[in-house]
Amino acid sequence: MATTSEPGASLIGASVKRKEDQRFITGKGRYTDDVTLPGQTYAAFVRSPHANATINRIDASAALAMPGVHAVLTGADMQAAGVNPIPPGWLHPGIKIAEFRALAVGRVSHVGNAVAVVIAASPSIARDAADLVDVDYTDHPAVADAVAALAAGAPQVHPDAPGNVVFNWQLGDAAAVDAAMAGAKSVVRQHLVNQRLIANAIEPRASLANYDAAADELTLYVTSQNPHVHRLIMGAFVLGIPEHKFRVIAPDVGGGFGSKIFIYPEECVVAWASKTLGRPVKWTATRSESFLTDAHGRDHSTDVEMAFDDAGTIVALRVKTVANLGAYLTLFAPAVPTYLYGTLMSGQYNIPAIHVDVTAAYTNTTPVDAYRGAGRPEATYALERTMDVAARQLGLDPAELRRRNLIAPDAFPFQTAVALQYDSGNYEPALDKALALIDYPARRAEQAAGRAAGTHIGIGLSAYIEACGLAPSHIVGSLGAQAGLYESGVVRIHPTGKVTVLTGSHSHGQGHETTFAQIVAQELGCTIDDVEIVHGDTGRVPFGMGTYGSRSGAVGGAALFGSLQKVKDKGRRIAAHLLEAAPEDVDFAGGNFFVKGSPSRTKSFAEVSLAAYLAHNLPPDMEPGLEATTFFNPSNFVFPFGVHIAIVEVDTETGHVTLQRYLAVDDFGNVINPMIVDGQLHGGIAQGAAQALWEGAQYDSNGQLLTGSMMNYGLPKAAFLPMFETDRTVTPSPVNPLGVKGAGEAGTIASTAAVANAVLDALSPFGITHLDMPLTPARIWSAIHGSHGGN
Amino acid sequence: MYPSSFDYHAAGSVQEALALLAQYGDDAKLLAGGHSLIPVMKLRFAAPAHLIDIGRIPALSAISDGGANVHVGATARHADVAASPIVRTRVPLLAEVTAHIGDPLIRNMGTIGGSIAHADPAADLPAAMLALGASLVLAGPSGTRTVAADDFFTDVFTTALQPGEMLTEVVVPVPGAGSGAAYEKLPDPASGYAIVGIAVQLQVRDGAIASVRVGMTGLGPMPMRLAGVESALAGTAASTAAIAAAAARAGDGLSFDDDVRGSAAYKLNIARVYVRRALVRAMAASAG
Ligand SMILES: Cc1cc2nc3c(=O)[nH]c(=O)nc-3n(C[C@H](O)[C@H](O)[C@H](O)COP(=O)(O)OP(=O)(O)OC[C@H]3O[C@@H](n4cnc5c(N)ncnc54)[C@H](O)[C@@H]3O)c2cc1C
Repeated sequence: MATTSEPGASLIGASVKRKEDQRFITGKGRYTDDVTLPGQTYAAFVRSPHANATINRIDASAALAMPGVHAVLTGADMQAAGVNPIPPGWLHPGIKIAEFRALAVGRVSHVGNAVAVVIAASPSIARDAADLVDVDYTDHPAVADAVAALAAGAPQVHPDAPGNVVFNWQLGDAAAVDAAMAGAKSVVRQHLVNQRLIANAIEPRASLANYDAAADELTLYVTSQNPHVHRLIMGAFVLGIPEHKFRVIAPDVGGGFGSKIFIYPEECVVAWASKTLGRPVKWTATRSESFLTDAHGRDHSTDVEMAFDDAGTIVALRVKTVANLGAYLTLFAPAVPTYLYGTLMSGQYNIPAIHVDVTAAYTNTTPVDAYRGAGRPEATYALERTMDVAARQLGLDPAELRRRNLIAPDAFPFQTAVALQYDSGNYEPALDKALALIDYPARRAEQAAGRAAGTHIGIGLSAYIEACGLAPSHIVGSLGAQAGLYESGVVRIHPTGKVTVLTGSHSHGQGHETTFAQIVAQELGCTIDDVEIVHGDTGRVPFGMGTYGSRSGAVGGAALFGSLQKVKDKGRRIAAHLLEAAPEDVDFAGGNFFVKGSPSRTKSFAEVSLAAYLAHNLPPDMEPGLEATTFFNPSNFVFPFGVHIAIVEVDTETGHVTLQRYLAVDDFGNVINPMIVDGQLHGGIAQGAAQALWEGAQYDSNGQLLTGSMMNYGLPKAAFLPMFETDRTVTPSPVNPLGVKGAGEAGTIASTAAVANAVLDALSPFGITHLDMPLTPARIWSAIHGSHGGN
Repeated sequence: MYPSSFDYHAAGSVQEALALLAQYGDDAKLLAGGHSLIPVMKLRFAAPAHLIDIGRIPALSAISDGGANVHVGATARHADVAASPIVRTRVPLLAEVTAHIGDPLIRNMGTIGGSIAHADPAADLPAAMLALGASLVLAGPSGTRTVAADDFFTDVFTTALQPGEMLTEVVVPVPGAGSGAAYEKLPDPASGYAIVGIAVQLQVRDGAIASVRVGMTGLGPMPMRLAGVESALAGTAASTAAIAAAAARAGDGLSFDDDVRGSAAYKLNIARVYVRRALVRAMAASAG
């Protein structure tokens, strides 16, 4: 690897065990709900049971009469106090922004919409009192489905968004697509529903606010993937508190999957209530509240048209999508079905003409925003599911159809027809490797033999690309993002040579305390135990954009790497001064500076660190101390890619699917810790497979969530899954000095299509061309046996 | 999730539990493993003012071999029942069914009596009780009575337990020579409870089915025996054809609706498939 300066160093690329696991698996993690402050009070929310209703009157007298109740606060109180609505963080031309108040004023727009808050001496008193708050509603017809919401005469979700349209967004050359479609040999058409999902992090959302009147300072502990973004938006836009008077701490966070990026009503309420009451206020979601109020994911209805010439080459792609954004726009919502979706439609393929048309709709449902992969799983599913439909229609093997359309290795950097320029890639080796590892011809032979004997094996491929390492700030700024997406990294060397790193990335499962320490230890020649990684505290870390979009390694890691070079460089100049040599004659290896050619003239990194702080003998123009800050702003996204293959068996008697094998061949560029990357993949594959087979949020036509608990929302269980097989190709990314790409979302992005394709491949003898997900036994059996069934 | 507040009483004996039940009446609930009751309280679907914990009563969790019957105390944990050598060798169907409940955490806490008394229409153990022809010993203010499992489950979450009564023991007859049993369960991927569960206990004598009991859970308002299947099989030669004919009658006496779990046609289908699979396995087991 070109970027590491020490020959023989091997920490980058080693499966070092996770430093943080000791505290997690012994129950010593410190999560928001574990923090208890003197005089702490507890919040419980009064939530709307209706999906679309006018609030006529809120009567809190019975609740206020309960002993232990400190206050009952409403949206009107908040508005009167000057608290602003929560803004979305990404805008499109013509976007209709519905007012998103932390506590509803006048009207509720989804079941679970917060209407009032009770602050009490204990959680159970707060809950009891919340049940006593009497809210008088006038219920209106509701709409939960986005396609229905866009139809004429649908119930209106917000008065200021006519026809429930949030925006219409288009990308690509519509005329070129029309022309290519007209001249094509064949056009494959498929309607696809990418169903709504609920993230379900193990740790429910929680927040604890403490206003210190003496210092006029507010501290908020919150389950956040990006505490600085929380501080910026809540402070500057919602609450009106300047940054230097507002500290946001995201301590250990138990999973996010995107759902903890956004600024939620409850944390705004708790922060404001603490200031209003002069007491710490804590709120922790129940699992039922998580289902109703954590931002949901996906929920697309899409029509794909893919045109081919007679050699099976794709000549054009048209994608028309209706995206359900729920009742309000949360932070990333406008970007997910657009810039994180439409731009990915070229996949690994050379598609000369593409047009994407997305209409986003308001509905009376929980807001929809980024969920692991955020737009890219939806794009991959649309493309890769259609490739399988096309392969069958064209009479080609699905692997062969993909191969014919791959972007050639000498075409990089490759400009797609949908804005992105892929920096690097070499797709065929990953396809070849995956097919070889699974022994594709043997599996196809097995499938044929099985079919003759009445067993139904299916083989599904998914060749994916994703754009992650979010993101070049100038590009996202020109596309409507209300902030840049760089990252900061401070490396502070202590006088003994020990290291503290302050990173704006945030770990909520990713293992930064280990992987970032590996980078430091390799660069400075120390051990990972000499390194402390600090994250998640705006009071300690200068700034940061947080963790999502598989950006921590490629952006946060690169910032850290930049600071490491700066401290090494200063150290080299100090060492040269002490060794009476020219800086360019001093090398650094194995934790020691030495004069080239005379290895006995040496100063250890610790000696140099001490010299930097003693400052008795530094070069004349040099400041004491040894610390550096870097803000890394990537020049482009990074583009991981790979090929995943799923093998399933369908029991045609019951429709039950067994996921027999799952193989992932990925290219993440250089890999810092293969074990952690495998772990990220495993979790992602489980979630993606779960979308294909088990998960799906369902609303009834009144906007009631039918799948509001783990009794009826099918999260994946370990017993449902095979041992995953993983392998990699390595094409380092040129956009960051580590040559890394993101690995946090790839599993989810690739696997849904692979598993769905496998099931539908198994069902091909029954003439079934497509079924929407989740591919439940009931759905599969009914398709096999016709709507009347019976056998 | 916080339940409404309640008073907690740890009963030291069955007598004490019954006295507390008499004292608090409708305001009280017995607490065994808590793995059905506490979730319901946290969701605030139930708010008893008094919980009477029977989990600490000595000897109420004992498992013993009485020769003709195996006796299982009401507070025996699922994990202990599934692992008990007595249960495994003498009434293997009970061990097999119990091992299908939830996951290890649930099995370490939940009790046989709690599951049977709760009578969830998708719980596993009630199907086993019906297939095994078990009897349930109920203690009440005026003494003890024994109710056959066939008469115990009366409606959705409703049993023959009267106010003031508690279940103290499950009595399971030991099957005779030539017996075989099997439990086939299609778990709901979300909850793990049975979409359908079929428990079969049968006995083959001289190549014919001398007796057969089929307990079904999941597809009805309460666990029930599949009388059509049983009558189609009883006395017939033990054969694949007989099984197929019997399985075709799995839907007799049941009515199916379309819902989120699938269409009525699908449910009828899985009833038949799971009955057939359970019968095939039970028949094979009876041969040795
Ligand atoms: C996540 C999860 C998954 C589960 N999966 C399954 C599954 O797959 N299959 C399955 O069958 N079950 C499942 N269960 C339920 C589990 O088996 C429970 O343990 C069982 O249903 C109740 O037993 P308990 O001892 O916990 O009873 P409790 O919850 O303590 O009591 C349940 C009810 O029975 C009453 N009661 C308890 N004991 C007695 C008694 N001796 N006499 C009279 N009344 C009594 C109580 O008052 C209460 O009303 C699951 C539970 C959970 C939480």
